Amino acid sequence: MGIHRGHKARPLEWVAEKLIFAISLSAILMVFLIFLFVAREAWPIFTGSMNSAAIQPVLQASDTAKLKPEVLQSYLGLTKAGFTAMDRESIQALMEVRQAAMDELPASVRSDKDANLNTVSWKYLIQPHQWTGYDKPEYIWQPISTINKYNIIPLVIGSIKASLVALAFSVPLALGAAIYVSQLARPALKEWLKPAIEMLAGIPSVVVGSFAYIFLATVLQKFLGYESRLNALLAGVALGFAIIPVVFSIAEDALTSVPRAYTQAALALGASKWKAAWQIGLPAAIPGVFAAVVLGFGRAIGETMIVLLASGNASIVSWSVFDSTRTMTATIAAEMAEAVFGGNHYRILFLIGALLFVVTFFSNLAGDLIIHRLKAKMEGKV
Amino acid sequence: MTPASPASINAGSANGFRSASFDYTSYFFTGITGLAVALILTMLFVLLGTILANGWPSLSWRFITANPQKDFFEPASAGVLPMIVGTSVRVILMTIFVIPVGVITAIYLTEYAHASSLSTRVIRGAVNNLAGVPSIVFGLFGAGFFVHFVGKSMDGFIYGAAGTKVWGQECLLWASMTLAVMTLPVVIVATEESLRAILPGLREASLALGATKLQTIVRIVVPQALPGIMTGGILAVGRAAGEVAPILFTGAAYYMADLPKSLSNQFMDLGYHVFILSTQSPDIEKTRTTLYATVLVLLLLTFALNFVAVLIRSKIRRQMRAAH
Repeated sequence: MGIHRGHKARPLEWVAEKLIFAISLSAILMVFLIFLFVAREAWPIFTGSMNSAAIQPVLQASDTAKLKPEVLQSYLGLTKAGFTAMDRESIQALMEVRQAAMDELPASVRSDKDANLNTVSWKYLIQPHQWTGYDKPEYIWQPISTINKYNIIPLVIGSIKASLVALAFSVPLALGAAIYVSQLARPALKEWLKPAIEMLAGIPSVVVGSFAYIFLATVLQKFLGYESRLNALLAGVALGFAIIPVVFSIAEDALTSVPRAYTQAALALGASKWKAAWQIGLPAAIPGVFAAVVLGFGRAIGETMIVLLASGNASIVSWSVFDSTRTMTATIAAEMAEAVFGGNHYRILFLIGALLFVVTFFSNLAGDLIIHRLKAKMEGKV
Repeated sequence: MTPASPASINAGSANGFRSASFDYTSYFFTGITGLAVALILTMLFVLLGTILANGWPSLSWRFITANPQKDFFEPASAGVLPMIVGTSVRVILMTIFVIPVGVITAIYLTEYAHASSLSTRVIRGAVNNLAGVPSIVFGLFGAGFFVHFVGKSMDGFIYGAAGTKVWGQECLLWASMTLAVMTLPVVIVATEESLRAILPGLREASLALGATKLQTIVRIVVPQALPGIMTGGILAVGRAAGEVAPILFTGAAYYMADLPKSLSNQFMDLGYHVFILSTQSPDIEKTRTTLYATVLVLLLLTFALNFVAVLIRSKIRRQMRAAH
């Protein structure tokens, strides 16, 4: 802190300080590694070097001896080390298996014009396509079928839809509660209201999810009478349990950080407590409220277990909140276990993960910047 | 919509702060915000009440100490002992990994770094960001980095290219390490708070007596901050105990007949089991009681941990207030 003695002269002190500094960099290292390793698995999709077409070009097994090693290695999808470790017979066997697999493709697939498409290229990931049997171009997420379709738009829409419902439900509640607790409640009441609301944050998301799945779903369906038991509305309400404490805490902090002199001046001029809170306290803290909403959105879009249990997980493109929805997070959680390591599906799931990381990275960055500015302003530093 | 008369609304908006004879709008909106609080608390109580009411009757000593059979959806063959063990072991391991790194980072931020220096700002930014990364992304990271990169390299290094799979698969060690990365911000923030609460006079007295900076930190500052460091650890444990997404692809198993015997074994987990019971059951009506009881066990575990953390923290705050 403020005091600096000549500790740099002592070698042990110097070493310890450098070591402490090095370890404290681990948080930065981890953020970097997370991005690096999630993006690394998704990289071949970015560069377009994966090919998911059902019909692949076949090299004749009988030509094995004539082909160059590099060609064989990339054709068989092997690493350099794996390729060199293999002997001639096993490579020959692999070639025959490959050829047999292609020969065994059913005629219905063979005649399907979609079987030649590389469905993991960017065009099919984000643009609608008229698949065989559909009468207009559509966004389809169907990672496990004869022609695997990996359009991520239904999942993106699902995530945004569930998060927006969650925000619409929880922001008014959390903001109202923050105003009440920070400005209107008596101090004795505030003392236990704040921890009670923040207790919500301590409930594991899988608990909220299963509560929504077996209890809340039935209750909501009985009241609102919609068709699909699990849907975006239920997911949004359940997400509210996780979002409310986040939005509440940040908004309450921002409101409390408004200097008391502001609201007291209003009260002295004859304003009621509500007017002082609404016309003086809230406008001063509005950037903090905005940050609370942004961070709440980041939390909502990244939440996994709640939406996995409550959303119904049907990948439909629809903005109706009463339809079953599949979000990006739930897709990763549900499909990762069955995706083949290093395969197209596996890499697409990592691509979705990288997308989530980027979205939450920027929403967190924005939220933190806003809060930082607000704090500095309230402390009179700007 | 509002019960207030038009006159009072006009008076309120036209005259700014001057209150009308009886300020209906003010009471109305105070009521609305109060209602928001009441609604949130109702949500909390309905959730806790439903779980408690449904889970308590089927919570028995046998249930807690029994090893479940393969068909654990049947109430008669249910049990949560291996899940309690699995969850406990993974969070204890996580604590061992996360506490040293978190505490040292906090020491750097409070004792060494200048508040406005670039390194402090970047570290703080990274900590904030780490706190906001979605838990499923930690799961992907754990699978991509720990299992497939570190684990496979370790296997290659120890067992050669023969391809023995020991560390290059999902296991306890990688699940705990993934959770340690996830809870790093919790420990850093809590430790920093307790380090900042220590009176500067204590540090100055120690330095004035000729102690070096490192001696002051090791012998004066850290012992004083110990309760706060413990709180950070407990909060991290409370957060990690209920997390499922990060361990889905890094170590949690659907069913295991035996308890894990080594760090390279998979494990059963309480939170993951709740998920399995909710979604995989052939007959949800039959499984319902088991599900509620399992949820209750998980909830009691996390709440007990959070409660202890809150108690320690309030004790520290009271001591501080007395000292100042």
